[in-house]
Amino acid sequence: MIPVCRLADLPRGEAFRLETDPPVAVFHTEEGELYAIDDTCTHQDASLADGWLEGCEVECPLHASKFDLRTGAVDAPPARRPVRTHEVVVEDGVIHVRLSPSAPGLPSCAAGRLAGGAG
Amino acid sequence: MRSVLVVGASLAGLSAARALRARGYDGRLVLVGDEPHRPYDRPPLSKEFLAGQADEAALVLEAEDEDLGAEWLLGARAVALDPGARSVGLADGRTVTADGVVIATGAAARTLPGAAARSGVHTLRTLDDARALRADLARGGRLVVIGGGFIGAEVASTAHALGLEVTVVEAAPTPLSGPLGEAMGGVVSSLHRDHGVRLLCGTGVRGTEADGEGRVAAVVLADGRRLPADTVVVGVGARPCTDWLAGSGIEIGDGVLCGADGRTSLPGVVAVGDCAAWYDPAAGAHHRVEHWTGALERPAAAVAALLSGSPGGQRAPRPPYFWSDQYGVRIQFAGRAAGADTVTVEEGAPQGRDVLAVYRRGGVPVAVLGMNRPRSFTRWRKRLAAVTS
Repeated sequence: MIPVCRLADLPRGEAFRLETDPPVAVFHTEEGELYAIDDTCTHQDASLADGWLEGCEVECPLHASKFDLRTGAVDAPPARRPVRTHEVVVEDGVIHVRLSPSAPGLPSCAAGRLAGGAG
Repeated sequence: MRSVLVVGASLAGLSAARALRARGYDGRLVLVGDEPHRPYDRPPLSKEFLAGQADEAALVLEAEDEDLGAEWLLGARAVALDPGARSVGLADGRTVTADGVVIATGAAARTLPGAAARSGVHTLRTLDDARALRADLARGGRLVVIGGGFIGAEVASTAHALGLEVTVVEAAPTPLSGPLGEAMGGVVSSLHRDHGVRLLCGTGVRGTEADGEGRVAAVVLADGRRLPADTVVVGVGARPCTDWLAGSGIEIGDGVLCGADGRTSLPGVVAVGDCAAWYDPAAGAHHRVEHWTGALERPAAAVAALLSGSPGGQRAPRPPYFWSDQYGVRIQFAGRAAGADTVTVEEGAPQGRDVLAVYRRGGVPVAVLGMNRPRSFTRWRKRLAAVTS
């Protein structure tokens, strides 16, 4: 498990970007739930932690695709693939994530960049 | 309602079809598109696709396993609407009749009277336009972009990255002053000069000159200056595709005039996307919104109104939002710059092309511009939505 931050340091309605490879976004919804998904939109290299959080959905900050924080599913273009979801555990007031073992659905530009290629 | 015809098979038409099915409509659904292609994403046409970084498969808007249960009539241009029979005539002579009609015919690139249609002179709106321009840019050389708006600026940025020598010609004193206001239009358009792209403002275009084979060789400005060019792009805006509705009796202004839920002056007919001018209660006027997000989001409200025959009780549309990518800078804008009396830089610095600026009217935020500031931009965009709803 990877420690993220103290629960007290992540107010409701806010997100935390964990600089793993690939990065993970942890959301604290207005309703008080915690969710973790891959931070990079599957359409283009954008950080979902910067996105518009509403209910259990986050809208990519650049375009308009919304991802369901519970399932990773995407609702509308331009993104067409889901993001991975990760398990969130709070222990002793600290948020942790347990990374999904499945392969991430990165956009081609970010995948190239992460593989050391040009963005 | 047992049958719905969607005229237009781009983002707005596709979004309308999706919204119909999402609301449980299970009747006949027909989509008519004048281009031969399935719905595709246009924003990359001036950016990643033009740069050769994205292929045509990346433009597809439908999900792999998506099945809307629709009949697709592609490569079929609508030429007439008969409001009595609620039928649409196609250029090939066919007629499609339906209980409900969604007009989503979009907009077409404007051309310049002086810039004759000749080899090497392009507009950029469709996939076929982008294929042709991409092929010409691959020849390298000198590109003259007529029009310093978003399409022109993005093409200039892409062509510059491809190694072409680029000049942008803009008729107004400052590019983008309409959508962004004078001050921020100046900041954003400074990106050209930052990157060594020549920007000539305040001058119109008289016409183009051809070489011996009829291919464009130069752009001639209104003041007589002659700009040698191997390729020319005309990016001077778009006009709504509403000519085919002449004679139908539908009310037309700058686009199909609609209520705040997309209903037109004809019963059983709604309009969405770039061809539609919805009534904006906040502004007290009709506005045609040519933004991708409007084409994505507004059809849901229009379809609700179409199916119920009355206002859908949907949330008011969010403030208009668009983005642009130029020279590696992410530009985002939400709201309306027109009517703002102050523009304040809240974060960053204009000189660094890294800025968050808020437009206010009487102290109330009405618009926000971000350059490489996605996180704070989203916060301000949410605040704007809260102010206007």
